[in-house]
Amino acid sequence: MFPARLLAAIAGLSLALSALAAEPQGARRAALIDMVRQDCGSCHGLTLKGGLGPPLLPEALAGRDVLLLESVILNGRPGTPMPPWRPFLSEAEARWIAEQLKKGWPE
Amino acid sequence: MKRLAIVASLLLLAGCAQPGDHGRTLRGTGDLGVIVERASGSVLVVETSHRSVLGRVDGLGDLSHASVVYSRDGRYAYVFGRDGGLSKVDLLSLEIDKRIVQSGNAIGGAISQDGRLIAAANYTPGGIRIFDADTLEPLSEVASTYGDGRQRAKVVGIADAPGNRFVFSLFEAGEIWVVDASEPRAPRLTKLAGIGRQPYDGFITPDGRYYIAGLYGEDGLALVDLWHLERGARKILAGYGRGEAPLPVYKMPHMRGWAVAGRLAFLPAVGRHEVLVIDTETWREAGRVKVYGQPVFAVAQPGARQVWVNFAFPNNGVVQVIDVPTLAVVKQLRPGRAVLHLEFTPRGEQVWVSSRDDNVVVVYDPTHYVERGRIPAARPSGIFFTARALKTGF
Repeated sequence: MFPARLLAAIAGLSLALSALAAEPQGARRAALIDMVRQDCGSCHGLTLKGGLGPPLLPEALAGRDVLLLESVILNGRPGTPMPPWRPFLSEAEARWIAEQLKKGWPE
Repeated sequence: MKRLAIVASLLLLAGCAQPGDHGRTLRGTGDLGVIVERASGSVLVVETSHRSVLGRVDGLGDLSHASVVYSRDGRYAYVFGRDGGLSKVDLLSLEIDKRIVQSGNAIGGAISQDGRLIAAANYTPGGIRIFDADTLEPLSEVASTYGDGRQRAKVVGIADAPGNRFVFSLFEAGEIWVVDASEPRAPRLTKLAGIGRQPYDGFITPDGRYYIAGLYGEDGLALVDLWHLERGARKILAGYGRGEAPLPVYKMPHMRGWAVAGRLAFLPAVGRHEVLVIDTETWREAGRVKVYGQPVFAVAQPGARQVWVNFAFPNNGVVQVIDVPTLAVVKQLRPGRAVLHLEFTPRGEQVWVSSRDDNVVVVYDPTHYVERGRIPAARPSGIFFTARALKTGF
């Protein structure tokens, strides 16, 4: 019993730590905020209300799973103009972007 | 007597100050232009003779992917915003003359051959809307319905054509539509279907005869001879990728701009680090030029000796110059981070290049590749000079 609870606690702690680590900091965070607005914005609009690409506002993404959004960001959508952003983003950063988009992209 | 002189000079002063000109002296508009400041919803009004800023006009809405056309007298800039805003900006008084929000999501627009009509191209709701150029009063709408008639396609690549026509492409539908707006409240529509998969932009040749749409969904371009609509559209440069998988596209290329140099047209290859060269007499490939990244704009110098090219993310800090006679890259410049657009002065002695992330427009002498000046601007994107007023397709 005891080791299992300890393992669970450790697992919980490491999850919490990885969630913390996933939050980009400082200059990188600023660069990602800018990249989504400006470069994603060239298809999805500066205000992310959509353009050639669909809107990325919280209402539009409400029913979408974060993991699915992360996967679309990293791998693109074949058959559409959405390219894979994996060369420029870590998985944790893509996850963070997906989470932030669902909440409303920071200024 | 002295008092009379004072009164007379006051009258003279009053006579100079016309309403709206803020005491500015009379001037022409031939050397004017605007720089779009995409993030702040403003434009800078500039003049190219002394390379100076005359003023800033605010309140133009969401200007991501903004584009501009000019009234035929070169006084008014019609600014099309992403948010459907259509603003008529007076370059002389530095004021918004008229402004409407005409749709939910727009991509650009055009001005008719006679200068009396403005057509806005919309994503949401898909279609074009036609307005009176003086008053911006709505005159008519052409909805871009396709398939079972319940969907509307996104409209891309709108251009003005002779005969007061507007030509544009339907992204999802793979069609090119030609609208004759001679009767602007009852425009006549000709549809050309099956032109190719996912047209993403289009342009018209300088003589106004040929409309070309670039295709995202396949390797090739669609060509329409506007003298012979009954012949439909024809595929050119089909399979230019030679079966190789294209690279991911981080910014859609643009075709509008003066990409025709002599009998050659220079066009971005989608998903490739290449500029395609087309012979506009045979419409066959005349060559291709390996470049630094995926081209976004290929712009010919008015003298047609050079073509300047900028690139998509992540290669967007570089501009390359192609020498037209040899089809070789002869110069590489680094104007700044995130180069979004470039525009030549009408006679080609200056080229203005916008660097979004360095908040500057850099002016070069393209003959000697020497920097001639820098204009500070907030997140600059498109640069549009009034000479566009006099050209078909701009």
